[in-house]
Amino acid sequence: MSTEATIPTGTIEEVEGVTPDALREQMLKGLPSKTLRKRAKQIVPNDPETPPEIGANSRTIPGIITQRGCTYAGCRGVVIGPIHDILHITHGPVGCGYYSWMTRRNLARVPEGQTNYMQYCMTTDMQEDHIVFGGEKRLAEAIREAYRLFKPKAISVYATCPVGLIGDDIHSVCRQAKEELGINVFGFSCEGYKGVSQSAGHHIANNGVFKHMIGLDDTPNDAKYKINILGEYNIGGDAWAIDELLKKCGISILATLSGGVSYDEIINCHQADLNVVMCHRSINYMAEMMETKFGIPWFKVNFIGADSTAKSLRKIAKYFDDKELMDRVEEVIAAELAVLRPIQAEIKAKHQGKKAAIFVGGSRAHHYQDLFGDIGIETVSAGYEFAHRDDYEGRDVLPNIKVDADSRNIEELDVEPDETRFRPRISPEAKQKLIDAGFAFSDYLGMMREMKKRALVIDDISHHELEHLIKTWKPDIIGSGIKDKFIIEKMGVPCKQLHSYDYGGPYASFAGAINFYKEIDRMLSTKVWSYVVPPWVKDRKAAATEAPAEEQKAA
Amino acid sequence: MLDLATPTISERSALKINPAKTCQPIGAMYAALGIHSCMPHSHGSQGCCAYHRSHLTRHFKEPVAATTSSFTEGASVFGGMANLQQALINIFSIYNPEVVAVHTTCLSEVIGDDIPTIIKKAREEGKIPEGKTVIHANTPSFVGSNVTGYSNMCVGIVNYLAEKTGESTDAINIFPGWLDPSDMRELKRLADELGVKYTLCPDTSDVLDLPQTGVYEMYPKGGTPVEAIKRMGDAIKTVALGEFTAHPAAQKLNDKCGVPFEALDAPIGLTNTDLYIDALRRIAEVDVPASIDAERGRLLDVIQDIGQYFHEVPVAIFGDPDHVVAMTRFAIELGLKPKYIFSGATGRAFENRVNAILDGRFPDAIVKQQGDLFELHERIKADPVKLILGNTYGKHIGRAENIPLVRFGFPILDRVGHRLFPTVGYRGAMHLVEKISDALLDQRDRTCPEEWFELVQ
Repeated sequence: MSTEATIPTGTIEEVEGVTPDALREQMLKGLPSKTLRKRAKQIVPNDPETPPEIGANSRTIPGIITQRGCTYAGCRGVVIGPIHDILHITHGPVGCGYYSWMTRRNLARVPEGQTNYMQYCMTTDMQEDHIVFGGEKRLAEAIREAYRLFKPKAISVYATCPVGLIGDDIHSVCRQAKEELGINVFGFSCEGYKGVSQSAGHHIANNGVFKHMIGLDDTPNDAKYKINILGEYNIGGDAWAIDELLKKCGISILATLSGGVSYDEIINCHQADLNVVMCHRSINYMAEMMETKFGIPWFKVNFIGADSTAKSLRKIAKYFDDKELMDRVEEVIAAELAVLRPIQAEIKAKHQGKKAAIFVGGSRAHHYQDLFGDIGIETVSAGYEFAHRDDYEGRDVLPNIKVDADSRNIEELDVEPDETRFRPRISPEAKQKLIDAGFAFSDYLGMMREMKKRALVIDDISHHELEHLIKTWKPDIIGSGIKDKFIIEKMGVPCKQLHSYDYGGPYASFAGAINFYKEIDRMLSTKVWSYVVPPWVKDRKAAATEAPAEEQKAA
Repeated sequence: MLDLATPTISERSALKINPAKTCQPIGAMYAALGIHSCMPHSHGSQGCCAYHRSHLTRHFKEPVAATTSSFTEGASVFGGMANLQQALINIFSIYNPEVVAVHTTCLSEVIGDDIPTIIKKAREEGKIPEGKTVIHANTPSFVGSNVTGYSNMCVGIVNYLAEKTGESTDAINIFPGWLDPSDMRELKRLADELGVKYTLCPDTSDVLDLPQTGVYEMYPKGGTPVEAIKRMGDAIKTVALGEFTAHPAAQKLNDKCGVPFEALDAPIGLTNTDLYIDALRRIAEVDVPASIDAERGRLLDVIQDIGQYFHEVPVAIFGDPDHVVAMTRFAIELGLKPKYIFSGATGRAFENRVNAILDGRFPDAIVKQQGDLFELHERIKADPVKLILGNTYGKHIGRAENIPLVRFGFPILDRVGHRLFPTVGYRGAMHLVEKISDALLDQRDRTCPEEWFELVQ
């Protein structure tokens, strides 16, 4: 293991008088036996030194009330949807396109001359006769109509559940359209039933972006310190905040995959000298493939949290091994922290020692522990909806992960070094030197190594488990999503949505961290929770407890 | 904002852009939440269920519990029986509802899962506990729209639960159609004022408009109890409010138990509320109390007071068909000029119904079923309106064209508190009048020349 890991000290002995093991037992108690066996593997008290094996990326238990979504959502909704100047067509009945229409806050600023298709939901709106007789003709016509009306640079097509079942060949329709229209047209077989969660959709999206976009434009780029940010979707302006920070340091971002990005940036982004990965789960495939084909190394960064942001900046500077850049980075960090530290300290003083639980997608449940930690809030339980074991335990477990029957049909691309364009970005000696100094390339250490001992790690948490957690451990705040938010808040606990940011943000970089501290301070300090019991009920309760005393007096 | 639309109306036969509808299962999920102690169950892959729960939650700002069969690729090929059976075991033992209401998705419909057979088998194998109920409705997403799904689940509720014992309950059944909990609450209040006995089903009040108490209840006190639904077969008559969301269930109840029904529109606006009140009065043979006359009079009074600002203001109305049909009539009552009347839902019935209401008085009005918001935008660009009445998806057109949007219908995703106020009944109508006049006068205050900026209006 790399020396990068900062293993936390301390153990979660108990919360509210209940040990993690006792809470786990509570969650499992009374479940039907088959369900119990499965859930037992997915609820694990942590050990940061040797992360225990966790059951992850396995099929969802029917009827359990999961937070999970589907492959289509992971592909169209998460990875490709944010590219604002591609025209996206959902091939299916109306719902899938409709629900993925502007509901994730991957913001885009659209320069003059570019088109923004993100405000549009384009769908083939399949009807019964298309199910019976096939929808290929309908799709081909929809592509033609889209081209005739809008003349996009590229059109992408997304399959939904029925498409695979009725046997529509979207890829051949796309190939024909590409030939006919002379623009880039490509499809994604991201039927909702594939895999077990959004995760399969990420993989399918990565493959599609790699096959159909990456490397199409070889125009050289002579900017200094060229990097791509992979797995950053500009929720609430996060990518812009990171952009601004890196720009201050003199680092050039060729493309962010795929928040606030354009088609032209993506097709040219193989000119970069480094890929840094924010969301490991959704984009690690791309990082690996770009390294194999073009020789671009990658490493994990995290711009969520003040210390994590500083650490990530230094890591990038160190990679480029340039004194000017390193000095500039230190200056920027110092200036940003000078603003941030007093605000952080003031808010930390108010909330030090409070407890958080975080259950989010496939990456933020880890990243946001740093932000909460910045203001003294300890994460006692965390988990992902759809991450794999490597996101929990670290990439060193990759060789031991067995792909099960439910995920076996997700294509693995066979990637070879590009004959003309492969170019190592860093000499083997320089790379080795960095590694010797504790630098981790192509690695992610996982969430568990950075959580306290015995903290409860819960994969694909169910409603049932969440209720137990809240009732028993009474966290002060929970980070989760829209489906849980009002359940949690009805129980008297504030819930910060860590998918949509409750329509706020950005939370990335130093400026974003300040936004987050203030927002959590607002949520924890609001008086609204103290008004839950009406004054007359308080009186009634007081009367009830006083009554026996009165009776005694009378006696 | 929405830069793709031009004043030319595009010819499209295959590409739908910015639909003014969504798919069936969300409607079925919503209807099922109106049964007391019911767990809606989505028989398909879990993405649908997550989307539908999220969307309802964003509209109501309330918890929405629902389960899913979580299909995998294997189940999608070989059938979802095992998934549904396992789901039923888990649902009853972990979440213990009285009723599970199963709906389907395009996935389980395409593979042809036979839900009644699966339920029957689960029952025989003891996977459904004694005394618990499982009902279902087929809700293929590639047919109709969200309102079809709502209607199908209402029919399913009648199909499984309503019984005729022959012993009359002296009550009136009310199928409210797809309305918000505040609306259902208002329908009940009016019936209570009239002093009639009734069963309203489904009823999402006290399910999706819960108070903050510090306690989460998965099955709160609201929802029509199964026992009450059973007795709907013995009612004297049914009042069904909305051709697309309520009439089919009333028809089904008539077919099954012989309960006759009156088919009305959603009671939005003056006339539609009059018809609702009058139907209850006639059926129950009661007098309308003075308190309701006074409410009606106050509505009329405000319509009179506001008339000069509403007169012939061209308006676009879009959304679900029952909402749009009723709102069109109300708009005419208010003196507005309906210009574009769009629904994404399918069926000539919508156009026929709206045209009957327009009654030739607005020859330029464009009425459209299977319309989408892209075409609505094109038409507005070609010939503008001064007001849009519709759901949150109208906000982009409103901003692009500088036209005020009054949020109405489903979904409203970007405002908080709307769910507390009804849009039905005289009070709901008053609330809508205030919202519309605020929007029009705010727009005037923002945009009029300074010398015409008035203190009193």
